[in-house]
Parts: sequence; structure tokens; C-alpha cells
Amino acid sequence: MLASLEGAVTAAILALTAMGLSIVFGVMRVVNVAHGEFYMLGAVIAWWVAHLFGAHPAIGFVAALAVAPLLVGTLAGLADRIILQRIDYDPDRTIVATIGLLYIIQQGTLMTFGPDARPVEAPFNSRIALPWVEWGENGLAFFYPWGLSTTSYKLIVIAAAVVILLALWAFMTRTKTGLLMRATQQDRDMAQAFGVPVDRVYAYVFGLGAGLAAIGAVLVVPIQQAHYLMGHDPLLLSFIVVIIGGLGSLPGTIIAAILIGMSDGIISVFFSPTLAKIIATLLVAMVLVFRPQGLLGRSAA
Amino acid sequence: MAAVSILETRALTKAYAGVLANNSIDFALERGKITALIGPNGAGKSTFVGMISGRIAATSGDVLFEGQSIAHLPAHKRIQLGIAYTFQIASVFGGLSCHENVALAARRLTGSDRAALEVRVADALDRVGLSDRATQIAGDLSYGHQRLLEIAMGLVQAPSLFILDEPTQGLSEAEVQAFMALMRSLAGETTILLIEHNMSVVMQTADRITVLNYGEVLASGTPDDVRGDPHVQAAYLGTADA
Amino acid sequence: MSRETTLHLSVLAGLALLYVVLPTYHAGNLARIMVLAIYAMGYNFLFGYTGLLSLGHALFFAAGMYGLGLGMTGFGLTPLPAFVLGIVAAAVTSAVIGFLALRTVGVAFMIVTLMFAQAGYLAILYLGTYTGGDEGFVIQQAERVLFGLDLTADGTRYFAAWTLFAISFLILARAVQSPFGRTLIAIRENEERTRMLGYDTGAHKLRAVILSGTVAGAAGASYALLFGYVGASFATVQYSIFPLLWVLLGGAGTTIGPLIGVFFMFYLIDISSGYTSAYMLVAGVALVLLTLFAPQGLGGELRRRVAPWLP
Repeated sequence: MLASLEGAVTAAILALTAMGLSIVFGVMRVVNVAHGEFYMLGAVIAWWVAHLFGAHPAIGFVAALAVAPLLVGTLAGLADRIILQRIDYDPDRTIVATIGLLYIIQQGTLMTFGPDARPVEAPFNSRIALPWVEWGENGLAFFYPWGLSTTSYKLIVIAAAVVILLALWAFMTRTKTGLLMRATQQDRDMAQAFGVPVDRVYAYVFGLGAGLAAIGAVLVVPIQQAHYLMGHDPLLLSFIVVIIGGLGSLPGTIIAAILIGMSDGIISVFFSPTLAKIIATLLVAMVLVFRPQGLLGRSAA
Repeated sequence: MAAVSILETRALTKAYAGVLANNSIDFALERGKITALIGPNGAGKSTFVGMISGRIAATSGDVLFEGQSIAHLPAHKRIQLGIAYTFQIASVFGGLSCHENVALAARRLTGSDRAALEVRVADALDRVGLSDRATQIAGDLSYGHQRLLEIAMGLVQAPSLFILDEPTQGLSEAEVQAFMALMRSLAGETTILLIEHNMSVVMQTADRITVLNYGEVLASGTPDDVRGDPHVQAAYLGTADA
Repeated sequence: MSRETTLHLSVLAGLALLYVVLPTYHAGNLARIMVLAIYAMGYNFLFGYTGLLSLGHALFFAAGMYGLGLGMTGFGLTPLPAFVLGIVAAAVTSAVIGFLALRTVGVAFMIVTLMFAQAGYLAILYLGTYTGGDEGFVIQQAERVLFGLDLTADGTRYFAAWTLFAISFLILARAVQSPFGRTLIAIRENEERTRMLGYDTGAHKLRAVILSGTVAGAAGASYALLFGYVGASFATVQYSIFPLLWVLLGGAGTTIGPLIGVFFMFYLIDISSGYTSAYMLVAGVALVLLTLFAPQGLGGELRRRVAPWLP
């Protein structure tokens, strides 16, 4: 049960991060290798902001929650304007450019933030003992096994992720901007013919993708710590999620995130984490080899 | 004595999710003649030719080349048997020189024999009138010239069957005339299968015409036969110029 | 002798002469550069000439490296048979990966190769008891003797690297100018058209992957033999990205590009690590600038502006 809860937290964060990657690929057909670095930036900026608001962790955290995604999103949008649009999203060159971006952001953070991992305090952090059910002499009985607990914060993380994803869904399907994004995804040329400022939409989408990763990182940073290399694992995991779920399929991404987030936790209990990663990595490769669209995606354009 | 038909299809069918793009087509291509395949848009001409060349997998039916079934062969193997193919939209190697374009087509046959290669390439470029552009980059050529380059790439293979998908599309009048002269010069040695929309080209060059409509053969025969066929007139030729 | 041959032989002669001219430190660097250039050339064959972007070439490099390394320390082989073992390991690995990965195209191909390489890296860590895991292992100086020559001595090492480089360089230069190489270029330019000219593009691409991977493995084996160290760091994603970076910088699809690229990047990092620990920042900026303004790389620009005959 504990593994499931930890898995749920992982899944929640993963869903947010992978969703960012998925949206960018879905709308722009761009594979952003620097996605993990946007995630990392979210955590690092959260640390800076929390530091600024030294007094009460809750204020710092809320501020970070607002500021980090915005900053990261803007940076991403700029990168799109300055770099990606100039190379017209040519697939080879985009990969190279985003790899370059990865190094720039990562190493830039190393130079300013330093190589240490720095903690950020959670806004609230009470332990909650978890009940478990068992057949006793009097039928079903609850009891509180020792050591089976989680923190209220972790529960909130899961809830927050759900809320954000719902908000995202509402945004994409109910608002005008969301409509523009989806239209551009469907048919870029038609959208342009209808006067949709495709370039600006792309910049926003890229920013949105980065922002989602950043939010995920802000949520996770009280649990883990902020470190300049922390973007590496989420990047690979997000890739795995997006591919399994299907490049360009948003519901697929969520399902895959839950699957992988939960199983990562559970498998790690039974197998060594390295072996689990090997299996997961090979699985992804095989899925792509035999079913290039992923599990739920449409065939690549 | 070679058979009359160099290529045959038997009950060749292509179905896309319930829609029959090609419906059980029986077709015979006469050796050494120029045959035109005509029909309204969406009749299934490109699909048909796609299945012959191997670019599109047939749902059912057979394709025979020189009496042998080739339905199970991948596209490149069919080309190796002596079939040349030009795309509906001219497809050349835009980043390479005209010379290299034709050389690539010829190299499969000449291997590392440089001398033989040069002779073949020069000859093919000469036949289409692109000799003076040999060193130019193919992507810089006008569309009409790219078309001609593609034809040169086909010719250099000395194919027994040359399939051309809408070859005069996008060509100027002068270029069309040159094209027709080229086609007529090939008659006899090469069998030619043309998909064409330009009726004047069809009437002036084709020895045989097959009309497709809604994925089925509507009529087949000499130009006069086809022109006189009432079904064809109703469905297609109607108000076409002579 | 053709222009191309003259150029290639001049490059080799130049490299040989440099040993006499350069101080020991730089000669040592150049030896390393030449071995890494073998890796880059192998990568270039697949990326620059065939047009396939792999993000998992570190797997092939590592296959060669560990093949030789484990052959010598684990099985007690002498350098020559161990080298052969390394090459065979890389060849087999590239054949298997090629067969699977070539069923995908474009972005999927990149990701599949990345995933296989990552799995390989993790496997090396997981089997740490045999492979030395993250730390790796050392091949003793005493072992690194080939044909009676001590490979750890500066001069011997330099010319061993030079010989290996020269062999790979000439083989690949020959390959890209051959009909096979020309067909690969055609596949890069327009695969469908190449197919409809009667070429078996699938078979060609597989052969390209195998040759590319084997050369990369030869580089890995050479590195282990000449520099005495085998480690998991050479199997990381980072090490798959380096050849891409080197080739882009030096000029993809040119024979001399890879060498130029390795040389430049090596010294760029060498110099900047003197100033900051974040020297990879230079690499990042270089990549972005390259792809924005000079996607052809140094060699490519040379070819475009000055020497169109550059192979």
C-alpha cells in the first residue's frame, strides 16, 4: 500500500511532466530533449523564491508555485522564438538545438546554483498514519500498522496534480487559446490560412509544455531536493511515458504515467531499481519497434 | 518468340476500409506499344499503377511480368526485372547534380565500371536534352526539366517496361512536344504505360488506351475504339478537344 | 592520383609529421583525438552519408571497449585477439540493434537507439561484478604490448593511434566513394526514389549501421588498449551525443569533417575547463550556434564555398 502511494506521487508528477512533453510533440511535432532541464529549472527557481521569502515556507512555496512555471515558460517561449522557429522545426536540427539547450541550461545552473543538492521546505508536512483493514474476531477492523504513514503534503501533491490536469483539459477544450492550439495541431496550414498566428501559438505551446514540467518540479522539490542534474531521470521517464501512451495522445499519456509511475514503485520493491529500469527501457524500445504509434497514439504524420 | 503481353494483371483489387479503389481489374499490356491509362480523378489509376510497381500492396489478385507472377515481390525487385517508374510529382535527388542523378539510376547496372557508366549517363542526358545541364544541381532546375531528368533516370536503365505517372503535368507546350517525340522514339524497344490527363497527348502518342472509372475498366482498345465508345463518351470524354 | 586521394594522404602525412613537431602534452592529446575521430567517422558514415541520426552509438563504442577490456582482464587474451573480440562484439551488437531499430524511422529511430544504448549502460552497471560498474577497470601497462612494442610509450602509442586512424579513414573514404556509398547518399537524399530505382534500401541501411557500429567499436577497443581504462562513462547518453556534436561541427557527410570536429571540440573543452567547471556550456552554445548558422559544419562550409569536390 505504501508502495502504491509513493507510486501515486511519482505518477502524479510524471503525468504533469510527461504531459508537457506530449503537448509539445502533439502540436508542434517537436521532440524537446531539454524538457528535463525545464523541470530542473522549476525546482531551482522554487528554491530561489523560497529563499527570498525566508520567513514562512508556505508563502515561499505558493510564490514559487506561481513564479517558477511562469519564468520557465517564458524562457521556453523565448527559446522557441529565437532558435526553433529560425530553423523551421527541421527534425534533425531541432534535436541538435534542444540538446544544445540542455547543456546550456544545465551547465548554466551549475555555474550559478552550484553542484549541491539543496532542500526546500514543504509548506506543511504532518505525518498521517494510514489505516489498514484486516479480518479480526469482530469482522472487518481498521488498525494502524506501525510505519505505515505518509505525509499530508504527498497527498496534496496527488490532489494538486489532478486539479492541474483537469484545468489543463478545460483550458485545451473550453478556451479560445486551447482551441487555437488544437486547430494548429490538426492542420497547421489551414490554421494559418484562417489567420491564426501559428508562430505565436507555437511559442505559447512550447512555453506551456515547459511550464507544466516546472510545476511538476516545484511540487516535488519539498520531497526530493533541487539539484542541477535532476532533470535527467524525469526526461527519460517522460519519454517512456509519452511513447508508451502514444506520441500525440493526451489521455494515453495520463494512463501511461499512472502505469509507469505505479509500477516503478512496485517493481522497485521486488527487483533492483537498475534491473527495473533496464526492463522498462527495453520495453519502450520494443514498443516503438513493433508498434510505432505507441499504445494509444495515432500514426506519426 | 516473346508473348504479346509483357504485363498482365488478373483480378487485381485494392480495398481501403471497404472502399474498392481498384475492383478486380483484368488488364493486359501489349509489348512494344504505348498504352495510355486514362480516367477521371479518383478513378484509381495511380493506385493501379502503384500495385503494378509494388509501391502499394494489393488486397488480392495477381500481377504477371513476362509471364511470371511478381505479386509477392517488393518494389525494388520488380524494378530490377526491368521496370522503370516515374512519380506523379517529379521525384529526383534535389541536392545532387543532374549527372549524379542519372548515374545513380545507371550504377545498379554498371556497378564499378566507370567508363560504361559515363557513356550511359551521357547518352540518357542527351536523349532528353539536358546534356548542357549535367553539372547543375537538380533542385535548381525548373519543374519541366526535373521531369525530363526523371525520364532520363528511367531511360538509362534500358527498361523493358516504362511506367510514367502524369508525365506532362506542369510542362510547357514546347516541352510537351519534345516529350511526345521522345516517347515515339522509344516505341518498339520499350513498352510504355502512361497515366495521362492531357487528351491531346494521349490521342497523338498512344497505340492503345484503357479507360478506368470508379476502379473498374470501362473500355480498352485503340484510340478510335475508345473515342467512339458511348460509355466512355458519357462518363469522360464528353466535351474534350480532339 | 585523384584530388580526393591526394587530400586524404596529405592529411595522414600531416598527422604523422605533427608528432615530430608537437610537445608531449599535445602529442598525447592528438593520439586521443585520433582515436575519438575513428568513433566520429563511424558515426558520420551513418549520420552524414546515410542520413540516419542515432542517439545510441555509445553502445557500439562500449561493446568494442568492453570486448577488448574483458577479453584481456577476464579471459587473459593478448591484445590482438582481444581487439578482434571487441570488433566482433560491436559488429554483432550493431547487427542486432540495426535489425530492430531500422523498423522505425525518424524520431522513433532516434528514441529506439537511445533506449537500447541506455539499456546497455544500465546493464553494465547492473553486472558491476564483472564489468566494474561505474568505476570501471584498468588494463595494466604490462599487458598493453603489441608485436613486442610497449603501447604505453608516447611514441608507440601515437603511431598506434595513427595507424588505426589511417586504416579506418581510408576504408571509410573508399566506402563513401564506392557505388555502395553513393547509394547510401541517395537514400539520404530521397529514399523512396532510390527504392524505385531498384535498390534494396532496407539491406543497404542495415549494412550501413553494421559498418558504422563496427568502426565505433574499433574506436572503443582502441581507446581501451591505448589508454588502459574501461568504464561505464563511455556508454552514457553523453557519449552518444559527442559524435553527433563532433560531426556537426566538423561537417557531416565529409571525410575530413569528423577529425576536424573532434579536434576543435577537444581543444574548446580543454581550454574552457581551465576557466570553469561548466565547460559543457561551451558545447551547448556550440551546438545551438552550429545548427542555427552553420548546419553544414566547418567541412561542409568548405565544400559549399570553396571545394565542391570534397568527398
